[in-house]
Amino acid sequence: MAKIVAGIGTSHTPAIGAAIDTGKTAEPYWAPLFKGYEPSRKWMAETKPDVVIMVYNDHADAFDFRMIPTFAIGCADEFESTDEGWGPRPVPNVKGYPELASHLIQQLVLDEFDMTIVNEMTVDHGLTVPMSLLFGQPPQWPCRVIPLAVNVIQYPAPTGHRCYSLGQAIRKALAAWDEDLKVVIFGTGGMSHQIQGPRAGLVNQVFDKAFLDDLSRNPERLVRIPPIEYLREAGAEAIELVMWLVMRGALGAKAEEVYRFYHVPASSTAVGHIILEAR
Amino acid sequence: MMQKKEAYEDIPGTWVFDAQRARKGYHLNQFLMSLMKKENRAEFLSDERQYLVKFPMTEAQREAVLKRDWNTLLELGGVSYALAKLAFTDGHSYQYMAAEMTGMSQQEYLDMMLAGGRSPEGWRSKSERKGK
Repeated sequence: MAKIVAGIGTSHTPAIGAAIDTGKTAEPYWAPLFKGYEPSRKWMAETKPDVVIMVYNDHADAFDFRMIPTFAIGCADEFESTDEGWGPRPVPNVKGYPELASHLIQQLVLDEFDMTIVNEMTVDHGLTVPMSLLFGQPPQWPCRVIPLAVNVIQYPAPTGHRCYSLGQAIRKALAAWDEDLKVVIFGTGGMSHQIQGPRAGLVNQVFDKAFLDDLSRNPERLVRIPPIEYLREAGAEAIELVMWLVMRGALGAKAEEVYRFYHVPASSTAVGHIILEAR
Repeated sequence: MMQKKEAYEDIPGTWVFDAQRARKGYHLNQFLMSLMKKENRAEFLSDERQYLVKFPMTEAQREAVLKRDWNTLLELGGVSYALAKLAFTDGHSYQYMAAEMTGMSQQEYLDMMLAGGRSPEGWRSKSERKGK
């Protein structure tokens, strides 16, 4: 069976990718952030997953406004980095796992999650920045990646409860896969941030810390947070945090926090990061 | 036709990109998406108004693009991630655009973020904002 051994929560701020790509990680603005991810890269190098399921969102890059899928799974062999308007990030192409992605699609639809199937797409900073943060800058990514894109751009995003339930269904679907695989699932985006309007720059450290605190032991509280509360308390773009709940749902009932890091700011964002191991 | 007022409309300084706003902003956002191509950026910059005519937007949306009136663009259905393509076309960053939307100077915005960001106190509802 394919087994999810751990979940990673992390912000995916584009400026973090730009700092990596332009060699600015040691500059005073960025150094504390990248130092915070050093233990995580070590953890990842030791964990060596076969497959990563990356729950992320596209930011009006691969998907334009003609179609807006709520949940989409990338089934291609390979995904190139998107040119978001200043050239694609210089990162390796992401190798997919079409057989396993197709299995997930079939199982999830029968489990009443109506997934969108994507056979061709590029992947933007929402996916590539977490890869860089956790795997560094290798010539090739060391594992296969199944992109799972969630609409959090056009209101409403799927609810936290729906996302959590999807995670549970992913865990079940993987258990029915006839090959031993070690899987790590990522929930990306957040934490508190708003990059629009006169309220831009909003950060709510109390909200973020409570979210991190409850992720391992009390996800029941988090799945009940209504959309309005994310928007009002933590900024219009904080709704991305529902993607962390897909990750949490996929870990099963018991999860242990093994690492946490929190840092303000990266551009307009409060950066949060957590590693949870399934128990 | 009138729709029920949504609770999120009471958040000050924020235009939530909901289904109605997305509908109004569709052609504006598709214009912004077109700026992901280098040749389109060059064409747009060489004659902005003429390029905008190719997209069936409202005149108010076109004017707001020409003026880089970011908050009006949000109100008229632009979504920040698509608006960022316009900022990138001008050689700016997300952070630049966000600062412009707040009316602060770039340095003031940077300083606010370095000091921990904007506190939600006083920014939760329009009535709370008025009291500030």
